[in-house]
Amino acid sequence: MNTAVVVFPGSNCDQDVMHAVAETLGTKVYAVWHRETSLPEGTDFVILPGGFSFGDYLRCGAMAARSPVMKAVSNHGKRGGLLLGICNGFQVLTECGLLPGALLPNRTLDFICRPCLLKVENVSTPFTSLFSRGQIVQFPIAHGDGLYTLPEDELKSLEDRNGVVFRYCGSDGGTGDAANPNGSANNIAGIVNSAGNILGLMPHPERASDPLLGGEDGRIFWKSVFSVFHKGGL
Amino acid sequence: MDFTKAGLRGHEYERIKSALGREPNDCELRIMGVMWSEHCSYKSTKHLLKLFPNSGSRVVLGPGENAGIIDLGDGIGAAFKVESHNHPSAVAPYQGAATGVGGIIRDILALGARPVASMDGLFFGDPEYRKTRSLSSGIVHGVGGYGNPVGVPTIGGKTVYDSCYNENPLLNAFCIGLIPLGEIVSSRTARPGQAVVLLGSKTGRDGIAGAAFASVELSDDNKASRPSIQIGDPFAEKLLIEACLEMNAKKLIVSMQDMGAAGIISSSSEVAAKSGVAMRLDFDKVPLRAENMEPWEIALSESQERMLLIVEHSRLPEVIAIAGKWELDCAVIGETFEGDEYTILSSGEEVASLPATLIGEGCPPIHWESCKPADFEERWSFDVEELSLPEDWNETLLSLLESPSLASKEWIYDQYDSMVQLNTVQGPGRPLSILRIKGRDPLIAMVLDADPWKCYLDPFHGGAETVARTIRTLAVAGAKAAGLTDCLNFPSPEIPEQYWVLEECIKGMAEASSALGCPVVSGNVSLYNESPDGPILPTPVVGVVGILPSAEEYLPSGKWKENDLLFLVGACNPSLGGSRYLLSRFGRLAGRPLCFSPEAEKDFVERALKTASSKAARSGRTLAGGGLAVALAKDAAESGIGADISIPVPTRKDVFLFGEGGPRALYSVPMAKVPLFKALWNGYPCIQLGKAGGNELAVDGAFSVEVAELAGRWRVR
Repeated sequence: MNTAVVVFPGSNCDQDVMHAVAETLGTKVYAVWHRETSLPEGTDFVILPGGFSFGDYLRCGAMAARSPVMKAVSNHGKRGGLLLGICNGFQVLTECGLLPGALLPNRTLDFICRPCLLKVENVSTPFTSLFSRGQIVQFPIAHGDGLYTLPEDELKSLEDRNGVVFRYCGSDGGTGDAANPNGSANNIAGIVNSAGNILGLMPHPERASDPLLGGEDGRIFWKSVFSVFHKGGL
Repeated sequence: MDFTKAGLRGHEYERIKSALGREPNDCELRIMGVMWSEHCSYKSTKHLLKLFPNSGSRVVLGPGENAGIIDLGDGIGAAFKVESHNHPSAVAPYQGAATGVGGIIRDILALGARPVASMDGLFFGDPEYRKTRSLSSGIVHGVGGYGNPVGVPTIGGKTVYDSCYNENPLLNAFCIGLIPLGEIVSSRTARPGQAVVLLGSKTGRDGIAGAAFASVELSDDNKASRPSIQIGDPFAEKLLIEACLEMNAKKLIVSMQDMGAAGIISSSSEVAAKSGVAMRLDFDKVPLRAENMEPWEIALSESQERMLLIVEHSRLPEVIAIAGKWELDCAVIGETFEGDEYTILSSGEEVASLPATLIGEGCPPIHWESCKPADFEERWSFDVEELSLPEDWNETLLSLLESPSLASKEWIYDQYDSMVQLNTVQGPGRPLSILRIKGRDPLIAMVLDADPWKCYLDPFHGGAETVARTIRTLAVAGAKAAGLTDCLNFPSPEIPEQYWVLEECIKGMAEASSALGCPVVSGNVSLYNESPDGPILPTPVVGVVGILPSAEEYLPSGKWKENDLLFLVGACNPSLGGSRYLLSRFGRLAGRPLCFSPEAEKDFVERALKTASSKAARSGRTLAGGGLAVALAKDAAESGIGADISIPVPTRKDVFLFGEGGPRALYSVPMAKVPLFKALWNGYPCIQLGKAGGNELAVDGAFSVEVAELAGRWRVR
């Protein structure tokens, strides 16, 4: 499985996610500069990393969504290739219309960085196949603009099609407002497209991929992708 | 132009005239005024800083460069430094703090090191004071607003509240970077015939003469100083970091200097003077973002996110290509020659020509008059017997725990990305912070600390205590201190009593760092921290970096388990002098803090290191602000379980529980390890306090509080 991590000017989790994937899976991971117009030959899995692409100036992810490489990334996704956006990468995916909705400033208006509990709501995606449904995992969040929102009718159809993959929850699995760090609609932390190959989430699985750093739930995430890939699922 | 308008003193002006053999022109005068300001020249403290020990087996680079470097082993070095950005933060809190963070990151980058973590020392006024909320939230937002995008995690720090900082808050930014020892870049290695390159943002009118602004007291009309404030662009800094590191990895950089205070003039003249070369700059080549800038404005602009590189002409195309990839401006603005002449051209005319060594090193030192304050011993005359014991012990403990300086700083550090780069083993909110180095066993441990109250009551022993406390904190966690950096925040040195305090503090810090074998490898001085309301308390901030042999040897705090025995090691008669208890319950800043005892300190540090490495305890915490009571409360809150404690000594209960100072720690020890623990501390004061367990923290004859309530009041926002 060949993984490509897109690097935009201002990305700052690109090295982190490359490290986590390579350490967990021992597979090849390439960095792809945003000015490239194609992905490396044989790319199976594309990751848009966290950070502050273009300084988050204008609107988070707005300028990155228009970078030269995004045409190739978009084609990869539309062909059914695995595409993941973490944090700023999720913002880029919504900005270029590959995922529905938008990410607004947190309701406290403050940047928030802390470990968060998440409930895995959908295990039939290639990113979550090794989790069990309803499992509570811990990934950290680190964002200023993580309030996920979309119009009422679209929210309903997202929920109806089981598009919500991760939801912020308490230690008892409850998904009430007290467990919602940023004010996201329905405590949504991560969603998948209808085809099931494009996932965006605000929390950082790469920051939960090493027991020394406080958790390894993220390793299950990478291993899920790997196992689905090797079963020829995609 | 009058030399006093340039900020020069009469004897300084005379020195310049005699060195030049003529009158300096206006541009030269402005340059010299800024370069010989306190901020740039250290003229009041240079001779005092020589008291600090700065050699040791691990020291690779001591004071005098952009930051110090210690050898971590395996060919890797840690570069670190703490620096103030106080005056800008007082006037424009967000930008002041943001550019403080950006500035210290470039100091580390200038050595060729990748910045891997930051810590911040924050000193705010009384929370009730009208300005405190806006200043503190502005400064905190500024630290996060720059540190988060730039991708350097903020992993720890120190926050203090006191009314002395009402009008003059302090922002001290610490940064640490990692570098293979063979790749260190210096500002001393330029040779004649090389290109002088300006990399990064365009030069504008922001921050003109900020260094001079930082060298006088804050006035009532600080708004007039707004033009002296720099504006930060963390996005540009992130690009600058990646570009410089890419260039350094390809060995394209001969010499490098960041642009901070006094911009182009400071960085370029420093490289020229330290390398022993002449330099000729053409200001027509400097990319500008403002129109009609005067040469002196270009020289002194403190526009952020710029680096000065010295490059061989043959490697210029590669440098320009990398700058282009990162979309940064890159301009050749001059050339190095044989000699000492530092010349600036503008529109083809020579606008300044000065000896490089005169600019950076020629400023005559000032030995201010020193005088012990007349009321000094009076500050100590305080009789503990006058103090009433608390009537409501529970409330006394809880209100101490929620007092602003002691309360949890979660509301601050939650706003900082503390995890990016995937190295943070111990993030903020604990007594120390720990980073891993990927692929290696040893971890880097660090602490930032200060105790202005004790430094006020006894500058010598307060200074020593500040240093000792950071080293103790590392030792209890299992890390051996390898080097320290300090930021000396003081009021004007021109008042003899204030200068005496500065001298004594430095002497005390030097004594402790020598005794404990921890060299001072870098630092910064910030004087004139006073407003019309008065001076700040003497506030030396110490950042210490140590090495933890492996993750297995880390002894954390707040990890009690049911039935662990709790031990207090260290003397049972601490001092209420300068204690948080005396200050918050009685509003009194009085008494005599404990004296620094080198023998007891060294003994403590050795035993603490052995305790951690032999895993003789489950959890350990150095006693600091709030004494034993607060250490018990924080440990209980973090562990989520209580304890049953009795006081087995006749010391007054308030002194025993709330007294501070000296090498002391609280340990929780599993039953099976008790004999080993006792053996390790045999010959050192060590008493068994009681047992961990239940959901109440109860001290016989004093307080008894539910752990949930302790945690709730401590974490009050």
